[in-house]
Amino acid sequence: MAKHYGRGIAAVNYPTGMNLGGDPTQALIFCQPTGGFSVKLASTDLGQGLKTVIAQIAAEALGVPFDSVIVDTGDTDSAPHCMGTFASRATHRVGNAVIMAANEARKALLDVAAEEMEAAPEDLVLENGEIYVKGAPERKTNVFNVALAAHFKHGKTISGRGIYLKQKSGLDPETGACDPDSTEAHATTVAEVEVDDETGEVKVLRLASAYEVGRQINPEMVKGQIVSGAVMGMSHALMETVFPYYPALDHHTYSFGEYIIPTALDIPEIESVVLEYPSSNGPYGVKGVGEMTANSPIPAIVNAIYDAVGVWVTDLPVTPEKVLRALEERSLETH
Amino acid sequence: MESITVTFKLNGKTTAVAIEPLESLRTVLREHLHLHATKAGCGQGGCGSCTVLVNDEPVLSCLMLAALADGQEVTTLEGIGTPPHMHPLQTAFFDRFAAQCGYCSPGMIMAAKALLDKNPHPTRAEIAEALAGNLCRCTGYVAILDAIEDVVTQMQEA
Ligand code: FES
Ligand code: FES
Repeated sequence: MAKHYGRGIAAVNYPTGMNLGGDPTQALIFCQPTGGFSVKLASTDLGQGLKTVIAQIAAEALGVPFDSVIVDTGDTDSAPHCMGTFASRATHRVGNAVIMAANEARKALLDVAAEEMEAAPEDLVLENGEIYVKGAPERKTNVFNVALAAHFKHGKTISGRGIYLKQKSGLDPETGACDPDSTEAHATTVAEVEVDDETGEVKVLRLASAYEVGRQINPEMVKGQIVSGAVMGMSHALMETVFPYYPALDHHTYSFGEYIIPTALDIPEIESVVLEYPSSNGPYGVKGVGEMTANSPIPAIVNAIYDAVGVWVTDLPVTPEKVLRALEERSLETH
Repeated sequence: MESITVTFKLNGKTTAVAIEPLESLRTVLREHLHLHATKAGCGQGGCGSCTVLVNDEPVLSCLMLAALADGQEVTTLEGIGTPPHMHPLQTAFFDRFAAQCGYCSPGMIMAAKALLDKNPHPTRAEIAEALAGNLCRCTGYVAILDAIEDVVTQMQEA
């Protein structure tokens, strides 16, 4: 009777977006008389930080400060269509649509600015909300002045429409090949576990991972996804089930007393490194990060359990009962 | 049932409110007094998102009858900081990106405040222990523990 140490490894390629008959998302951007920009999206921020990264992307593409962008999400009545927040697609799809909308709005803005400044629009530079004539920085104005002039003098809107469409890709009848996703992110996790052969309990000691995520728009939030994905993966591997006493379905879960998720006391040591190989079609090289992070820990933990005690438990979650049954079965086989 | 009046100190101000006798403190805070920082999660004592302080002790407000708050001191997240004057714990959660959906954050901060008021120099393990009744589905807890440790360090330096 003892505790056994084991180590396992697993890797995942994770697609960004999906393609059920085409995968579009739209965005609208408009400028208020204050010089502030609103981005209207039907897309939803689940807490992963979509509003923040979209404000970053819009600010960058428009040439205005981050603080002057408001991102309004989640109302499918008042904003143009989005397929939804799933398949790690939101930053990629919405970001691309927002860049397209921002380019149109920026052009409308510079057209008004050019009239105001008596310059050609292509000679104007717009940076951080300031506008000046290339080579003559003393001839300058700012977005606020231009927005006022557009509204109250020129009677023009400063706005932009954007859409990103991943085209439908059917199966090739000969080969079965298709092009389902837009790009792929990658991860590898090494799990270290301790398995108690008397109680069947598995404790995850450490999860060390490498993630290749394309360009990071917001590294702190990428880290947030990575850490939470590691814990959620561990949770799927060892804890979470709606039928803890399967096959007796009537003993399903009613509360967090039976549906177990990790608490602050259950988290292992988590280490990660991030690699950035920008994608060719994401906004600024983005790839989807979110869901992937919960994937590689699961098989890594199952492999580590095998390394520790020599049994494969492939039915998730790996509860103490399943570990003990597997150990018992093996000892019956060998005696 | 006839309504009753309970009077308690809420975030430093004496507050009287007419309630149904069996209403929970959480319902009274959110629905009668419109203080929505205290979250309505499971309603069964399982998640901690409704944590408030009663006489400086962390309490699951979904499990406490509001009538029992009569004469007591109740503190909610609204009572410890406001956007222009955030509590150090709120600032630390902000700086550390310690919220994703944010649903657990009010309860986490109140549980952490209760700990730090009693034990200003907890270890990371003691912090985790104090938060063990507060579930977070999103963050994986690391950023939350980091944020609270930041406040502990600030208090040591001050
Ligand atoms: S709502 Fe009170 S513990 Fe979940
Ligand atoms: S941030 Fe979503 S539950 Fe904690």
